[in-house]
Amino acid sequence: MLQIPLWNRLFILLVLLAGLTFAFPNFFYERVERHNDAVAEMEREGIETDELLAEQALWPDALPATLVNLGLDLRGGAHLLAEVQVEDVYVARMDALWPEVRDALREVRDTVGTIRRIDADPGLLQVRISQPEGMSAAVAAVRELGQPVVSLTGGIGESTLDVSGSGDILTVRLSEAEQQATNDRTMQQSIEIVRRRVDEAGTREPTIQRQGQDRILIQVPGIGSAQELKDLIGTTARLTFHPVVGRAGSADEQVESRQIVLPSIDPDDQGTFYILEQTPVVTGDDLVDSQPSFDQQSGLPVVTFRFNPTGARAFGEYTAANVGAPFAIVLDEEVISAPVIRQAITGGAGQISGNFTVESSTELAILLRAGALPAEMTFLEERTIGPELGADSIEAGQIAALVAFAAVLVFMILSYGTFGIFASIALVLNVGMIFGVLSLIGATLTLPGIAGIVLTIGMAVDANVLVFERIREELKTARGPARAIELGYERALSAIIDANITTFIIATILFVLGSGPVRGFSVTLGIGIVTSVFTAIYVTRLLIIFWFERRRPKTIEV
Amino acid sequence: MRLRLVPQETNFDFFKYAKVTFGASIVAMIASIAIWLMVGLNFGIDFLGGTTIRTDATVEVDVAEYRSALDGLDLGDVVISRVFDPNFDEDQYVVTVRIQAQEGVEAVTPETIEAIETALLANVDSEMTFPSVESVGPKVSGELIQTAIIAVLASLGAILVYIWLRFEWQFSVGAVAALIHDVILTIGIFSLFQIRFDLATIAALLTIVGYSINDTVVIFDRLRENLIKYKQRALRDVMNLSANETLSRTLMTSGTTALALIALLVLGGDVIRGFVFAILWGVIVGTYSSIYVAKNVVLMLGVKRDWSKPSDGGGASGTQFANVDA
Repeated sequence: MLQIPLWNRLFILLVLLAGLTFAFPNFFYERVERHNDAVAEMEREGIETDELLAEQALWPDALPATLVNLGLDLRGGAHLLAEVQVEDVYVARMDALWPEVRDALREVRDTVGTIRRIDADPGLLQVRISQPEGMSAAVAAVRELGQPVVSLTGGIGESTLDVSGSGDILTVRLSEAEQQATNDRTMQQSIEIVRRRVDEAGTREPTIQRQGQDRILIQVPGIGSAQELKDLIGTTARLTFHPVVGRAGSADEQVESRQIVLPSIDPDDQGTFYILEQTPVVTGDDLVDSQPSFDQQSGLPVVTFRFNPTGARAFGEYTAANVGAPFAIVLDEEVISAPVIRQAITGGAGQISGNFTVESSTELAILLRAGALPAEMTFLEERTIGPELGADSIEAGQIAALVAFAAVLVFMILSYGTFGIFASIALVLNVGMIFGVLSLIGATLTLPGIAGIVLTIGMAVDANVLVFERIREELKTARGPARAIELGYERALSAIIDANITTFIIATILFVLGSGPVRGFSVTLGIGIVTSVFTAIYVTRLLIIFWFERRRPKTIEV
Repeated sequence: MRLRLVPQETNFDFFKYAKVTFGASIVAMIASIAIWLMVGLNFGIDFLGGTTIRTDATVEVDVAEYRSALDGLDLGDVVISRVFDPNFDEDQYVVTVRIQAQEGVEAVTPETIEAIETALLANVDSEMTFPSVESVGPKVSGELIQTAIIAVLASLGAILVYIWLRFEWQFSVGAVAALIHDVILTIGIFSLFQIRFDLATIAALLTIVGYSINDTVVIFDRLRENLIKYKQRALRDVMNLSANETLSRTLMTSGTTALALIALLVLGGDVIRGFVFAILWGVIVGTYSSIYVAKNVVLMLGVKRDWSKPSDGGGASGTQFANVDA
């Protein structure tokens, strides 16, 4: 008969209650958000100021504080799709390998003769040997340098190097497996550094994800423009300190090997080029801290830095030995400044003065703290959405959702009377459940996501309509209303399941293939399907049973 | 007194004008494809690459002035369109400026965007704001097209297989024919009215597919039930019976969904209007195709009448999951 066991009833009510509890904080979005921000900050900084405590007090700790994340199109912010030039790293690896290759070939000089590195495509290391008949010995010697690839995805045991000889030219490149492993490392490092830089800038809940082989998706809510974000994450920020050999008139000046010519970006020094030793004394890798500051004498903005012990020792030894000589501070192949060493800097701390503004010194300090990117990035896609546009969209979406809601409720009640009221209650609970699930799993609500909810409002009643229509039909033949209701639910089930599974398949495909707002839509659509089936099948049924048990009607009208 | 969209008992013969309705569908599809080929879709930057800038001005300015302000910048193809919405303030004049992907530039150039903003501020309205700026490089847009096509084909394929497993192959052919009908008609209307076709439209297309299949499946489900019940009646009659029995539900669900969507179309803001329009249109053609296309195809293909045994030969996997109810 028309019954659900007690524990089933409790379970249904419990699920409902849980869903609504998690949805509830969304009604007080701003307060809860400020509360959450304050709690997060206190945890991170480990300090409790009165201001933060006041913010925290906006929402009781005992209540759940789950919120739906608002997507970029609703909150405003910047979206970037960056492509990491992973091949950059191959080039660097080959350059680093050259001394080892040279030494290895020198050891077998008797068979290979003299060697010379020749210009090759990026990522290749090519060496000409004077005795081609010794090529096999040369290849064998260089192969010795290879190591087994360390990687989780296959290729175990394969060598890191791919060495081949043709005529008198020996070619070395990274093996496929090593390229893959290198790419993975490069991507991980890049993502980590992008994350640190964005975090350093103190923005809220950024999304930083790897996409495909060599891409990073970066979404930062609340930032003014994509350009601002690009300035922050787009620079490689490789800081190096080089001994200065001399000055040059142009970038093309001939220099000895292991020397480089770099331009100065100091406006007082315009058009100057410095000849530097290629090997840096210390690099930004050895930095432990960097802060924007002001020069004590001139009052101009500067950037201070502090080295780790290794860096401090190297820097101290070099400055002690070269008092009176200039050294260059180089950022991304440009000389920021080239001061003269006045005394040995042994404390491991120093400052960079250049032509800084307060903003640029702050930015550089952030970049230096976060570390250098392993490879350059280019930007394939960028979107900026202003916060006002997002707020307008939320408002419009809310109004539309409410109107849609009201219209559907009226329509249902007019069509199905008492049963329509049950369906309407279920619909309200359904939307509550959607928000509860969205909040619980930390999903992101986008503008198409709101459309998804509105669509769900329209479609969620479908399951109830199927059941009610079926009950109407069963009433004509079945024995009594209780039996008709039971049969209605039973026989409508297969259509409900089929109809919703097919829609769920679509939601899944959208989720897998879509990105950004479209993915947000698929999430609300998918969750909406699950919750609407739950509310339509279980909740309305429970409501009808409660009603039926109290009233015991002899006849019902659906 | 209850609101009834259809009388309690209906006995429409949905095949009476089959030639007309089915013919109309075919004509509409051909017309859609013809418009699509001749006029083409108004692709957004998602698929074309390029930049869209939304501008928000405080004074009403003719679109021609925007154009002349940007003329000197040598941007190639520039599309400028006014945006209207009931939610706008009285002195809010919104325009979108779309420029094509710049020649030979793989990534996005901030200089171009800055030049446009400066030119508009100087020549159109000095208090203009730019609520959104979106750029997509040609490399990504090419991939997005590919993903979009894969998404549509994958969903059609998935549904084909699902319906085949749950029903019979004739049903899945009928259902997919109805879906293709809906998708083509949607593409047709987007070409006809030159509504912007972007990633969100693809999401809408897939939603239409999901919605339309929903409708079709409900009718098929009833059809299967009736085919078991009335073994001797002609297929055509059983189909009519099933469609009539589910007609009330079909129209109720379409009605509530359309109501919700109309609210969103009118009040939901201009940003998602194209998206909502696509879905609303899909609900209408989807409902039509469930009644007039899917069944007709199944009728043409014929279907086995003895449902007591698993199907033979070719359809070995035909009904093995038909009784799975979870």
